[in-house]
Amino acid sequence: MSETGSASIADDGATIVARGDWTLEHVSRLDRLRGSLQRQVRAETRIDGNGLGRVDTAGASLLLELVGDDAGRIDLASETMRKLFAAVARAENAPPAKPRRKDSGFLATVANVGAAIEGIWRDSVALVGFIGLILAAFARTFPLPRRWRITSTVAHIEQTGLNALPIVALLCFLVGAVVAFLGATVLKDFGASIFTVELVGYSFLREFGVLLTAIMVAGRSGSAFTAQIGSMKAREEIDAIRTLGLEPVDVLVMPRVLALLVSLPILTLVGMLAGIVGGAAVCVLTLDVSPLMFVTRLHETTTVRHFWVGMSKAPVFAFLIAAIGCLEGFKVAGSAESVGSHTTSSVVQSIFVVILIDALAAIFFMEINL
Amino acid sequence: MNAEEPVIRIRGLRNQFGEQVVHENLDLDVRRGEIIGVVGGSGSGKSVLLRSIIGLGHPAAGSIRLFGEEVATMSDAKRGMIERRCGVLFQNGALFSSLSVAENVAVALTEHHDIDPGIVHRLALLKIALAGLPLDAADKFPAQLSGGMVKRAALARSLALDPDILFLDEPTAGLDPIGAAAFDQLILTLRDSLGLTVFLITHDLDTLYTICDRVAVLAKKRILVADSLDVVEKFDEPWVQDYFQGPRGRAAQRAAASSSISQPQGH
Repeated sequence: MSETGSASIADDGATIVARGDWTLEHVSRLDRLRGSLQRQVRAETRIDGNGLGRVDTAGASLLLELVGDDAGRIDLASETMRKLFAAVARAENAPPAKPRRKDSGFLATVANVGAAIEGIWRDSVALVGFIGLILAAFARTFPLPRRWRITSTVAHIEQTGLNALPIVALLCFLVGAVVAFLGATVLKDFGASIFTVELVGYSFLREFGVLLTAIMVAGRSGSAFTAQIGSMKAREEIDAIRTLGLEPVDVLVMPRVLALLVSLPILTLVGMLAGIVGGAAVCVLTLDVSPLMFVTRLHETTTVRHFWVGMSKAPVFAFLIAAIGCLEGFKVAGSAESVGSHTTSSVVQSIFVVILIDALAAIFFMEINL
Repeated sequence: MNAEEPVIRIRGLRNQFGEQVVHENLDLDVRRGEIIGVVGGSGSGKSVLLRSIIGLGHPAAGSIRLFGEEVATMSDAKRGMIERRCGVLFQNGALFSSLSVAENVAVALTEHHDIDPGIVHRLALLKIALAGLPLDAADKFPAQLSGGMVKRAALARSLALDPDILFLDEPTAGLDPIGAAAFDQLILTLRDSLGLTVFLITHDLDTLYTICDRVAVLAKKRILVADSLDVVEKFDEPWVQDYFQGPRGRAAQRAAASSSISQPQGH
């Protein structure tokens, strides 16, 4: 190894003698050295670089800065070295970028808030428009059985429905058990433990069965829809579908919407049953209620309308989750990062919409005494 | 490592995926300071060869020595040192899409060296200008760049650590002929001024005739011949003859012969 870089200036300021290796490893130290020399440099100062060892672009750039990026003011030993300095000098003298306008912090904050609100408005308009597109596609393809994409739809039913069964059942079973535990503990003080059966039955048939399932499906399938369609968008596959005379909504969106319309109600039914079984398990183990008693009490006190109240929400949630998932996929632009951010946005939006609609529905059903 | 030892020395390389053998008994030397072009049909394993050399692939057998060090058995610390001496330009640029062009170039500088952010930014702009990009592009994101600009930005990133070897995977694919010719000249200039060794995979016959010192033909799972173009052109093998004596090959030969930019011999 040769010595590390150094430079010294003659007393008259006419020449700087640079020696040793001027490379990236030492660039911080060399830059300080350059800073201390810079003050003594005059317009006609030359650099004697005959003693230089290894020089890379970083070192060359520092030496050139000393002499105002003029390679002609540096004396060098070899032709290779001269070429290097000439190339770096050319690059250093490239026309600078246009300065960008900088906003103050306060203005930028106000602008960001405005942009975010405008974004929410535009997202809502886009979602309503997209729902219209899907309904139009339904109307268009319904009379033409040839255009029903049965294979694709069934494949999506398998992915979103069948493959999700175990996780949905387990989740609802556990939450059912937790609800029963809470009910049993609180109601015991009133000597009304047996009402735990109603608590589990009502809550899972009306709310939890469909809500837990919808949240699970939004996280599992809504995100998958966005990522699938988004990566197709990023690789121009959507454009290819258009140029082949096909309609992306028909090809990509319809099978997914139909699949969720089939799977989500089935999953909801499974979720309701699993939740009630979970509640029953806790009742049997802690309340001395036999399984037969649980079923009899449930049968006597819980009418079937609760089931229909819960089930009626399933297709609505299915449609919205699929629509949001697909729409966010179509919004992807170019990069992999965009696929990621739209997938996140798809899950957040669909869970938000599901809970919002569920809350509105709860008020609605209460008001009409269902 | 002595001066005679080639920068890259491959002996008896064997690559296979399951039953499919891509390379069998492949030998190749790359000398210091040369531009070597690797040609071969689609699927002949050019990119696999490149990945093996830079340590991204794991050969089934054989020896690859980079700067005199065995790639397969070197320690992690050594591998880090060697990797910093290699710049790679991937076929589609492989720019980090969440970072701007300047940040893409700066990644390696900030990760490997403890350098003041101001100097890092200056060096990043220098590499961007060296790669022939306007400095306006520094703050742009990869998605906002055209195909040719992506290649130049990726070249700037591969030059970030002042590598000794530059690996280029089809650098001119997808560029228009003017852009491709300018890119060829850029590589030639960088080789001459930065003293690079360039390992170039290409299908572009004009690139081969304009800038390559030697051409290696990859066919039949090995390097059939690696020599200067006039030797390779005359090599007695149907694929090589079809490649260089086909209509496109002859057009490129004529263009190179009549071109005012003569092919540099020796350096």
